[in-house]
This record gives sequence, structure tokens and C-alpha cells, in this order.
Amino acid sequence: MKIGGGHVRGGGGAADGPVKVTQTPYVVGSSVLGVKCIDGVVISSDTLASYGSMAKFRKISRIHKVSDACVIGAGGEFSDFQEIKKTMDGVMIEQFCMDDGYVLTPSAIHQYLVRVMYGRRNKMDPLWNQVVMAGFHDGKATLGMVDQVGSNFESEVIATGYGLYMGLPLLRNAYRPDITVAEAKKLLEDIMRVLFYRDARTSNSIQIAAVTKDGVEISEFYDLETKWDYQRFVDGARSGDVSTW
Amino acid sequence: MSGIGTGYDLSTTTFSPDGRVFQVEYSSKAVENSGTLVGVRCKDGVVMAIEKIVTSKMMVKGSCRRCHIVDLHAGLSVAGMGADGRVIVDRARQEAAQYRSIYGIEIPGRVLAERIASFVHMYSLYWFVRPFGCAVMFGSYSEEEGPQLYVIEPSGIVYRYFAYALGKGKQIAKTELEKIKFDEITCREAIKELTNIIVGKCRDESRDKAFELEMLWICDESLRKCQLVPSALVDEALELAKAAAESDDEDME
Repeated sequence: MKIGGGHVRGGGGAADGPVKVTQTPYVVGSSVLGVKCIDGVVISSDTLASYGSMAKFRKISRIHKVSDACVIGAGGEFSDFQEIKKTMDGVMIEQFCMDDGYVLTPSAIHQYLVRVMYGRRNKMDPLWNQVVMAGFHDGKATLGMVDQVGSNFESEVIATGYGLYMGLPLLRNAYRPDITVAEAKKLLEDIMRVLFYRDARTSNSIQIAAVTKDGVEISEFYDLETKWDYQRFVDGARSGDVSTW
Repeated sequence: MSGIGTGYDLSTTTFSPDGRVFQVEYSSKAVENSGTLVGVRCKDGVVMAIEKIVTSKMMVKGSCRRCHIVDLHAGLSVAGMGADGRVIVDRARQEAAQYRSIYGIEIPGRVLAERIASFVHMYSLYWFVRPFGCAVMFGSYSEEEGPQLYVIEPSGIVYRYFAYALGKGKQIAKTELEKIKFDEITCREAIKELTNIIVGKCRDESRDKAFELEMLWICDESLRKCQLVPSALVDEALELAKAAAESDDEDME
């Protein structure tokens, strides 16, 4: 079946079946992690965009500042994330032009993104991303996410991509309601390190963003300290495994 | 239909025998009756100031805006019919957003000014529309071009100026503007000059209607973002200008 065929977008006609569009992401980012803190909210991601198993773009940012009180971070198809950035920038400029003294709150931005993502899914043309939204407004942090099918929720801790499997349990164990931004940064760094060790699509170059009462602070890219002389690493994962497989 | 040259003023689609389009000229009359609008290009940005006539004592202060933001780096002010102005503002915003989405950079001032002018011009070409009853002053401050000031008239004509004035007091204001070297002063300094021109020179407090002073700037001080001049600065300039005007009156007596 031809991509872009079907009766809606022209092409082969109804015989080709329904329209199929981006359902295979190509250049993808991996995990994004987030923690809600008592004095703000922190998210982290690595800076790699992979093309299949090839580490194609090693120094790209997957975190974007939307307003002075809100950032988003995304995994999944990188070009779709660029589209989301453009959309959000457009919305923020529109708001700027209104000049009515109001700025969209982080939760309003979150909801807007959910509408965009769910709308695209219903057009059978999803934006193939898992987007984490972090904001701080009126002394309260908000942390939420939305994925390519429009599923969305808010939570104290959030992980996407491979981080869902390997990062979320660690996040939940370490989370306390009174965790501070400084502690959370350290925590996310540690979990990003685990993800780098275990997820072949995550790099050791990372970026952390914090939103506090002082606004958005997105770090430069920096490399994680790594340690490779753990006995388990030296022996290899198959040590002691006598199977012939 | 008596005499040659009459009956040509009902539509923009017909020239008069001596080559004029009366409807467009009439729309300029709507601009001439407007509160005075002055705009200048300074060394660090663009400022515009408008004498906004307050038609009702019950009007909420700050409503009925005449200075509008078009994009992060661009804004425009309307002299004449405010409602017509908002249609232009709406279009200008669309053009700016569209340029941004296509080219990924902010729209250059010249491009946007010409696009607005083309849009305005379209309304002087067809029998089923009327020309805009307003002229707009458009300011932009981009990395490439620096600060720029354009004026677009109802005919669709557009020119770039160092300083310009529209509305009731335009003649007096222009004379005053010519006396000051705006490209050697900052926008903050220009605020006082513009206020002085509108309040001290163009207005006659004993006769003119109540007004509000609305100002818009895009300059280094505003981080090259378009915004209304903070009300503290406007109020300060107003106080100074009013005091100066009063002492002038006393001198004359």
C-alpha cells in the first residue's frame, strides 16, 4: 500500500484502504524525565536523535522554552517535535500581540498541546511524540505529559520512552513530596546515567531544565560522568550464562 | 450631474476627468480628523505617540487601543477610524506569522510595510469595497535593518520616514519634528519631545476634547520587543509637558 494513498489525500482511491501517514518515526529522541518539586519542577533529556540504531544527531536539544513559566521536553520523531515548537511559538506570539496582561498558564499550555496532539491523532496523522510539560505558576508546580494518541495526565513524576521502563521505578522510589529542585537535578542526573548504561538510544550528553519562581533555566549540554569498571560490566551480561543461545 | 467633474465620487472604480479617485481622497479626510499621531525613528528604536480622543467619560482608561502589537519586533498605530485600523492590524499579524512560519525568521520591516500597503491598496480598486478610513504608522526593529518607521495611507501608498505626523495637528507637529535631531537621541528622550509636541503645540486645552496619550515603542530599552511605553514614563512626560504649556501661557499673558 502506498503511503498517502486513499480517498482523502488523493492517489490510489478507496481500494488502497484508509489514509496512512506518519506511523513510522524515523529520527527519534529517547527518554524525557520529570519531577515535581516543592520549589519548582525539573525535567531532563539526553541530546541524541537516533536514526534507527545509528546515533545520527548527537547534540540536539529536545527541551524547549515555551514561556517564562513553562518548558516542554519531547521524545519521539524529532521533526514532529520541531513542528510542535513552531506551533507553540506561534501561539505565544499571538498571545504577546494581544498585550492584555495575561500569559497562558502552564496548565493552559499543557491543555493546548493535548488538543493539538489528540486532534492530529483523530486526523489519522499523529505527531509522533511523547511530550512532557513542566511549569511553575502561582507558587505551584505542574508536570504533565501527552503522547501521540492524545493520552495525557499530570503526575509528580513522569518518564517517557525507555525511561518508562527503567527510569520510572527509580523516580518513584526516590520521590518525596518535599524534594527540592537541587535534589531533583541530582536525581535526574543519576537516572539519566542508568538510562545511558541500559538504553542503546540514549547518549551520555544531557540537558536539564528547571522551572522555579525565578523562571525557566535550561542548562547547556553536558556529559555525564560514567564508570565502567563495575564487575558486572567487566564480565559482561552473559557471564555465568551457559546456554548455547 | 451638473457640470463636468461631478458624479465621479461614488465609486473607487472610476477616475474623474482630471485623474483623481475621489473616494480615496475622502478617506484621507477621515484621517485628518483623527487625534494627532506622531512617530519617530531614534538612534535606538522607534516610538509612536497618539492623542487618543476620549469620547465618553465612562470609557475605561486604556480601552479603545490605537497602538497595536503586530509581532515581537513590530507594531503599528492607527490614525482615523479605529475599527478599520483593526482590520489592518489583523492582516499585518497574519502576514508576520505567515512569514515566520515559512522562513523561520522575523519579517523584515520593509516586507511587512509593503504587504500591508498592498492590502490597503486592494480596497481602493473595487466597487464592492470602500477604502480604509485610516492611515497607519508602522514601526519595526529587526537585527538586519535596525529601527524603521513607515507610513501607509488609505491609497495604499507607503513611505519610510525619519519622523512623521498624521491627524488634526499634523502640520504643526511636522514643523516641530523637523527641529529635533531624533537620530541623535534615544527613545526615552523622544518620549518627552513627542508628548510636548502633542500636548504643548498641537492641542488647545481650552477647546479640544479630553484625551489619553497612548505610546508604543520598539527599542533597545524594551529589549527590541514591541510594547506600550510603560505608563509611568508617559505620565511623567505628560506632567512635564502640561507644566511647560502652562508656563508658556503665563508668559504670553
